[in-house]
Amino acid sequence: MKIAVCVKEVPDAALNRRIDPATKQLDRSGDRVLNPYDLHAVEQAIRMKESEAGSEVVLVSMGPNRALESMRKGLAMGADRAVLVTDEAASGSDLVATSHTLAKALEREQPDVVLFGYQTPDGNGACLWAAVAERMRLPMVSQIAEIEVADGTVTAKRQTEFGYDTIRAPLPCVLSVSDALNEPRFASLKGIMGAKKKPQETLSLSDLGVEADRVGRAGSRTTVRTLGDPPSRGENVKIEDDGSGAEKILQFLIERKLV
Amino acid sequence: MSTLVFLEHHEGTLQKGSLGALSKAASLDPDTAGVVIGSGVADIAAQAGRYGAARVFVADDEQLAAPLPQPRIDVIEALVREHGFDNVLFASSVLASDIAAGLSGRLDAGLNWDLNDVSTQDGELVGSTTALEDTVLVEVGWVGTPRIALFRSGALEPSESGGGDAPVENIGYAPAEHSAKAVMVEQAHEEQTGPSIEEADILVTGGRGLGGPEGFKPLEELAAAMGGAVASTRAVVDSNWYPYQTQIGQTGKTVAPKLYIGFGVSGAIQHKVGMQSSQTIVAINKDPNAPIFTFADFGVVGDVNDIVPKLTALVKERRGS
Ligand SMILES: Cc1cc2nc3c(=O)[nH]c(=O)nc-3n(C[C@H](O)[C@H](O)[C@H](O)COP(=O)(O)OP(=O)(O)OC[C@H]3O[C@@H](n4cnc5c(N)ncnc54)[C@H](O)[C@@H]3O)c2cc1C
Ligand SMILES: Nc1ncnc2c1ncn2[C@@H]1O[C@H](COP(=O)(O)O)[C@@H](O)[C@H]1O
Repeated sequence: MKIAVCVKEVPDAALNRRIDPATKQLDRSGDRVLNPYDLHAVEQAIRMKESEAGSEVVLVSMGPNRALESMRKGLAMGADRAVLVTDEAASGSDLVATSHTLAKALEREQPDVVLFGYQTPDGNGACLWAAVAERMRLPMVSQIAEIEVADGTVTAKRQTEFGYDTIRAPLPCVLSVSDALNEPRFASLKGIMGAKKKPQETLSLSDLGVEADRVGRAGSRTTVRTLGDPPSRGENVKIEDDGSGAEKILQFLIERKLV
Repeated sequence: MSTLVFLEHHEGTLQKGSLGALSKAASLDPDTAGVVIGSGVADIAAQAGRYGAARVFVADDEQLAAPLPQPRIDVIEALVREHGFDNVLFASSVLASDIAAGLSGRLDAGLNWDLNDVSTQDGELVGSTTALEDTVLVEVGWVGTPRIALFRSGALEPSESGGGDAPVENIGYAPAEHSAKAVMVEQAHEEQTGPSIEEADILVTGGRGLGGPEGFKPLEELAAAMGGAVASTRAVVDSNWYPYQTQIGQTGKTVAPKLYIGFGVSGAIQHKVGMQSSQTIVAINKDPNAPIFTFADFGVVGDVNDIVPKLTALVKERRGS
């Protein structure tokens, strides 16, 4: 079985929640990591690989050149190789442009399963998989919290507004997984050492046959017009617990007549 | 301009979010149509007229009974290709976001998601949203048509237009080859056991920071001492730590208690939309950068394992029990 996992490098979310007013894009300076949500997809991929001899896990991403470094974390966990689509012209891509390019990269791999994470802290769309699945004309199941793969069929449970659905789909298919699906493994020292030597390929848009006007800002169908400050939310008090946190909460509740 | 609104339904009822999107669309564009997709749904379609739909398309087919996204993309794609709608609007849901993004892929049409509102400015459609945990207000636009918009859950309230039932037009269903491959084995239905968290004045909410299902025992004790109920997050429910009925948020309940206290809850936007109308919000989280602190009235950076037992003892003492 060949399993592709779509992963993204993101700004370390805890450090960084700012937009650069000049470009109207997220300020991408600072530390960068593999999207923590995507580690659950990598974990699922490795489990699928372990359950079927001769399987392969390939990480696929679109992003700046240095993203390979973050992708090594997935290689260290146990993925076999990494493919990064990287091109100046791809920067500023929206859903239309990103899904077009990723689908091209995935079609080149012809995987049996394409896995996605839940969401990205910077994109937050939690929907890219659907656009990719439609471009590849594959069945999809999203936001999976429990999964079983047997005899070329995926059976998955996922939460909707009304409880849990169980959905079945044949391979090949596109799946996105919830962060509750599993606990991503820690990379072993051996895994970390070995990751650098695993195949890591970078592809340009022309390698994929993607025309420049289909990606980046030129290929995008949405724009950011203006940025501003949201309406103020009133006063927020935040204190450190120095051992008296519980007492301070009680005092606050008493002041508000809530106990 | 012409606008199509996806009308989601569940157990014979058009969903509030969809009707909110419909009311909004109708207020901007008199040429607004709705589309209802399912099996045995012809009866509920006409009601959409009361929320401003000038007409309603209905795709009623047994193959459309299960609420799966891809067959619905087939229906909406065909409608857009035939009628050339300029705007296609969705209220966010697990189903609707897959449809909206899938449609975007099929039609190469721009999708803006998580919108709080749309308006027209100089004849152009403009969406407004907040980004990065609600710290920036963003206005977004589209290039070309159709423009696809996905509204944040709870963003738009339905309002009756004063009109009556809308004319209904039945359309056929021709599945794409790949669309019928995913099948529903078991469909979700709401089961209600015990008291609803929607009625409680005080909600003591546990998130993944509780560390495991055992973390809920002390929380239940605290809730009992305070006279409140225990609520949860999706991360906790998806991990089988606590029942779905207690989940707050986009795919759970929308609550507005007098007091919400979150223990080990990060405050993700999909959680926030379900509790932001709480009168008072208190948060305990060990990460000083947790988003919940940006909308909590009172926040404590600390460990739930320390604070829960202490607070329980203090509350019991005060209430003399
Ligand atoms: C389409 C969609 C719909 C969704 N719908 C919902 C929904 O309805 N409801 C919902 O809740 N979520 C929903 N989510 C998920 C949401 O994005 C978050 O993943 C989820 O809310 C996180 O839950 P959490 O806060 O419990 O866990 P986490 O985000 O993992 O947060 C745990 C927090 O606990 C803190 N912590 C850890 N240990 C301790 C400790 N010892 N003491 C104190 N603090 C500690 C951490 O700092 C962290 O901030 C949805 C997501 C999507 C994509
Ligand atoms: N640039 C990218 N390259 C590869 N995969 C991506 C990229 N952006 C997002 N993804 C995948 O899509 C999922 C959902 O992202 P989003 O729709 O941005 O919330 C992520 O968890 C990743 O698996």
